[in-house]
Amino acid sequence: MAGASTYKPGSGFTRWLDTRLPLLRLVNDTLTTYPTPRNLNIWYTFGGVLTFMLVVQIVTGVVLAMHYTPNAEHAFDSVEHIMRDVNYGWLLRYLHSNGGSFFFLAVYIHMFRGLYYGSYNAPREVLWILGVIIYMLMMLTAFLGYTLPWGQMSFWAATVITNLFSAIPLVGDSIVSWLWGGFAVDNATLQRFFSLHYLLPFVIFGVVILHIWALHVPGNNNPLGISVKGPQDTLPFHPYYTVKDSFYLALFVVVYLAFVFYAPDYMGHPDNYTPANPLVTPPHIVPEWYFLPFYAILRSIPDKLIGVIALFGSIGTLFFVPWLDTSSVRSCRFRPLMKQFFWILVVDSVLLGYIGSQRPDAVWHLSGVDLPLVWLGRLGTLYYFAHFWIITPIVGLVETPKKLPDSIAKPVLAAAE
Amino acid sequence: MRTRSFYLIGVAALALCALTTDGFAQGNNVAAPANNAAAAAPAPENAAATPPENSAATAEQPANDTSVPAQPAPSGEAGASSGLPPPALPMKHVKWSFEGPFGMYDRAALQRGFQVYKEVCSVCHSLKRVAFRNLGDPGGPGFSVAQVKAIAAGFKVPAEPDDQGRTYDDSGLRITRPGTPADYFPGPYENEKAARAANNSALPPDQSVIIKAREGGPDYVYSLLTGFNMPMPATMHMAPTMNYNPYFTGQQIAMAPPLSEGIVTYADGTKATVDQMAHDVATFLTWAADPKMEERKQLGFGVMIFMLMLSGLLYLSYRKVWHGEH
Repeated sequence: MAGASTYKPGSGFTRWLDTRLPLLRLVNDTLTTYPTPRNLNIWYTFGGVLTFMLVVQIVTGVVLAMHYTPNAEHAFDSVEHIMRDVNYGWLLRYLHSNGGSFFFLAVYIHMFRGLYYGSYNAPREVLWILGVIIYMLMMLTAFLGYTLPWGQMSFWAATVITNLFSAIPLVGDSIVSWLWGGFAVDNATLQRFFSLHYLLPFVIFGVVILHIWALHVPGNNNPLGISVKGPQDTLPFHPYYTVKDSFYLALFVVVYLAFVFYAPDYMGHPDNYTPANPLVTPPHIVPEWYFLPFYAILRSIPDKLIGVIALFGSIGTLFFVPWLDTSSVRSCRFRPLMKQFFWILVVDSVLLGYIGSQRPDAVWHLSGVDLPLVWLGRLGTLYYFAHFWIITPIVGLVETPKKLPDSIAKPVLAAAE
Repeated sequence: MRTRSFYLIGVAALALCALTTDGFAQGNNVAAPANNAAAAAPAPENAAATPPENSAATAEQPANDTSVPAQPAPSGEAGASSGLPPPALPMKHVKWSFEGPFGMYDRAALQRGFQVYKEVCSVCHSLKRVAFRNLGDPGGPGFSVAQVKAIAAGFKVPAEPDDQGRTYDDSGLRITRPGTPADYFPGPYENEKAARAANNSALPPDQSVIIKAREGGPDYVYSLLTGFNMPMPATMHMAPTMNYNPYFTGQQIAMAPPLSEGIVTYADGTKATVDQMAHDVATFLTWAADPKMEERKQLGFGVMIFMLMLSGLLYLSYRKVWHGEH
């Protein structure tokens, strides 16, 4: 792991174990002595936050599953049973439902941080790709989980999203029936969604281990984007980053718990407290906030099949980012032009999220001019793809980066003096 | 280095102890009575303060009313507006005792609201997720065990099959028995079809989580209940058997005005105005939808204090560990 192991077993037992299963050596090398760039800032603490949130979701989810009934007749009632009659059931459920939102909040910060500091560049392409795979698994897990309370929004979100596959020519309808386990979203759908919702977090856990492994081979990138030159550039992970990550994790948890205890339904939709009813379509079907930009991309294209391709393409694009970036410099700190495009991408993503939350026929009135939001969504969608497929390669070629520092240690220590 | 690690482990251990003992114990045992008292104290004040505000709101409303529904639908919905009903009026915002991080239920309002539900709403609306025992739970209306038993016994619930396995008597009526605290509130209709048959094919929704299931929650229910008998715009075309209510989607609702002045007689002598009853029953329904709110806010307070202290300790550790390395 980024250099030879420095682990020295201290006792007879650990020496014995080390020659048979070097588990303690693994823990020591990954969590204690792992050499970490000394200049990692607050945005690098979200990897730890994400690991914590994954554990929170798995632990609360396992306990919730002990009280939940994955049956279309009983699912809604069993959730209300958890809220009313299970000891601290309300706490478990609110931790889990808000935990999903905060998991995504952390992953978006983590991903934008990777984009800003060029963390996907060589030699960390596999690390980035594993991250994108985790993100896709998270989206799938969150979508499956959202159907489980079997409220109106659960039911209709499941209907809308599974119906996307009907856009596939020839076999689309067969695929949708296969996904549903019938001819409509019903009990069979709920039961398989529950099964997969329980399974996927453990798959995520496995890919997270690969992600951390792929991190520890080349070592962390850092805000300067320059490589570690020697031991003067690094600090041991423990105690330096254990304490730093813990502090920022605690702050993150304060915000998370503030929602759990004081605004637990803020991120949810009122319609999901109405039991699923296949005969009543809600006037405005919206996904959870973390899917809204993609929902806007989907709706901005009138043709269903092309819309679905754009939706999946917008996520799939991320796989190619390491090769679309042509710059010789990683960090946007030294890329005056790319830095600006980065922030435009952030604004574009938020704008798409806003458009996704509005009705499809919403209109902005700007001094007498009517601006249908769907057109704004189309521009935003175009810009999103242009950012990765056109702007990123071109800017990397034409931009003159600022001068890079000689080493990580130099500016860090200079600043301290 | 070693001492630092021990220091950190110590902090974490302390944290765990605090969480498992103080945090939970305080949330439940110590803080609860204090909060009950606090909630009871402002109760009369609340009850007295709200009606004038509310009546002011209603007095203002008609003036606004006539203009708003007459407006054409915003062009945002213009695409499909030909068949769409007019949008609902923005709901009224009133004061609730349970607002904010320290807001608790007003016990007197909960008890009055229960009376309104029982004597008025329950004629058409079920409350099937609430059991009689809940009426005596901590953080609820605060009825005593004896009161809960008496309330339950006052309801007829469907009886279990008798020795011959019958659930219907010879004249075809459902056999009932008096309720017990373990029973849930019985609904007014046997099934959805029966409910629709009795209500011009409209279905009175279950009230157990209605507050969470509607945008605006208690404000919405309050606005709806006080939104009847308002001057109707001339452009409004009412379907037969429907009632004008500008706070309802489409502005016409199958429910007839449920509340009228003095329809209940409050045991505590509070004057039963429509505003008062709407406010009380919205409070009761908020509790019915969120019976653990007080427990949640009390536990939350302890946990937040703990988390802020932990953050402070972690910050100090962070500064100490990183001293000289920045």
